[in-house]
Amino acid sequence: MPLGSDPTALLRIGCGSGFSGDRLDAPGPVADALIASGGPAALMLEVLGERTLALAQRERRQKPDGGYEPALLDLLRPILARCAAADIPIVTNGGAANPRAAARAVLGLARELGLPALRVGVVEGDDIRGTDALDDLEPWEGDAGAVLQPDQVIAANVYLGAAPIAEALRQGAQVVITGRCSDPALALGPMLAHFGWDETDWNRLAAGTMAGHLLECGSQVTGGYFADPGVKDIPGDALGMATLGFPIAEIGADGSVLITKPEGTGGRVDRRSVTEQLLYELHDPAAYLTPDVVLDVTGVTITEEAPDRVRLRGARGLARPERLKATVSLPGGWLGEGEISYGGPNARARAELAGRTLLERLRLLGLEGQSRIDLIGVVSVFDGDGGALRAAMPDAAPEDVRLRLAFASDSRAAAERAAREVLSLYCCGPAGGGGVRSRVTDRIRTLSFLVPRERLAPRVSLLTLENAA
Amino acid sequence: MSTVPLHRLAHARAGDKGNRLNLALVAHRAEDWPLLAREVTESRVLALFAHRGATSVRRYELPGLQAFNFVIEDVLQGGVNGALNLDGHGKTLSFLLLGMEIPAG
Repeated sequence: MPLGSDPTALLRIGCGSGFSGDRLDAPGPVADALIASGGPAALMLEVLGERTLALAQRERRQKPDGGYEPALLDLLRPILARCAAADIPIVTNGGAANPRAAARAVLGLARELGLPALRVGVVEGDDIRGTDALDDLEPWEGDAGAVLQPDQVIAANVYLGAAPIAEALRQGAQVVITGRCSDPALALGPMLAHFGWDETDWNRLAAGTMAGHLLECGSQVTGGYFADPGVKDIPGDALGMATLGFPIAEIGADGSVLITKPEGTGGRVDRRSVTEQLLYELHDPAAYLTPDVVLDVTGVTITEEAPDRVRLRGARGLARPERLKATVSLPGGWLGEGEISYGGPNARARAELAGRTLLERLRLLGLEGQSRIDLIGVVSVFDGDGGALRAAMPDAAPEDVRLRLAFASDSRAAAERAAREVLSLYCCGPAGGGGVRSRVTDRIRTLSFLVPRERLAPRVSLLTLENAA
Repeated sequence: MSTVPLHRLAHARAGDKGNRLNLALVAHRAEDWPLLAREVTESRVLALFAHRGATSVRRYELPGLQAFNFVIEDVLQGGVNGALNLDGHGKTLSFLLLGMEIPAG
């Protein structure tokens, strides 16, 4: 049933991807469940991280037809024909730095699949490089004092809201492709198109945004990123984990929200999984800022209505912010990393000596940058760069320790040289080192800014094989 | 006085934005929420993350969700794009919090 044909009908929104590295086969069971429901539905695919977008912008400079999510067609191929046949639009931010090129690629896939009449909506206007909006940025509170040098900017994108997505759907788009927009907008857009909520109906917008927030990370609400054996278990153990069902939200015209997942899939939806995701990446729970509404979850209650069916009530909305968040990506220098393992008696002492040796080498070579040593197996991810926790646990002596050097520098050559020094430990380091791996990463730094809403002009267009040629 | 790790009473999830970390802490049982409110204070959480350069902690109380949200500033050593840490997002830090020892009952 097409969106909006009966605005009183329950709307189902499924999410088939929660980030750029997510399982490629996840959308299939969600699409099947939406189709089987027979009611109005939409499928969202969230694939765009901050770093992903900067990398895409770099790719576009090399390749004018590139710069969108590399896995986009792999995600769409198994589901596109059956979603189109069932009037279930697919909404994705997989356009990344080049939504128009992504749309053309999707039309190419459509032709291959025997869907020559497919209509693809494109949302643009998030990319503010070269516009006067760049002149009007104010640092976000977390990045106070940040100064922007425009010639350094790799990517600069504003988080757009749900309205352009809804507009593309009203124009008949069967696939909507955006660049940067708020993740919950991928769900709220179809709700606006279906229910016709007013853009100042803050409580309904808040409920829809809450649903979108619960959906946006895919399986993180259905038992992914959740299991803690013996404490929080997933039915079916590893098989359950390997077949996690991705989420579906059932939204009522009054803004009611229920989270579930396709029958027969792994995972779990319960109070605990939903609470963890509700608060994920929130700061002030009374003021979660999105382009469409300010969401307050402090009055939310969570009820387990049936197995894997959880109801949320009590989302409140406040008027949307006047300024929108923009993420600006800048060159971030280079990171050289290397690791080497030591096992058996005295392993920690040998690894410690290897670490001190590396720091001496960096000093003697005069490499400029910042370094850090970890002893994986003793302490690593919890420690600070100075190794304070490691120093506080001198008696920990595991017999399998992996030494890691990390070295950040503005110089690629220095980062490469530092990583190479780990390799040199094979012959020049302490006894019994093995298993060296090293790599050098081109880093991207991101800063957040605020932009006055009126500086932006989101654009919506509808592409078909005929007009995109 | 005997203690138990917070892990026995609560579960947690970490999220990052820049150099700021949020830790959602959720009591397994609603009746343990007041104990967590008494013991897992802003100052204790700040002390737990001091070695990483944390400068402040704000605790938001969510009794209706039997939860808290802790927002910790400057704890990610530059965040995902700048940190030297293997885990630049700080995703593992939910379990650093869950290792905190608190008085039993």
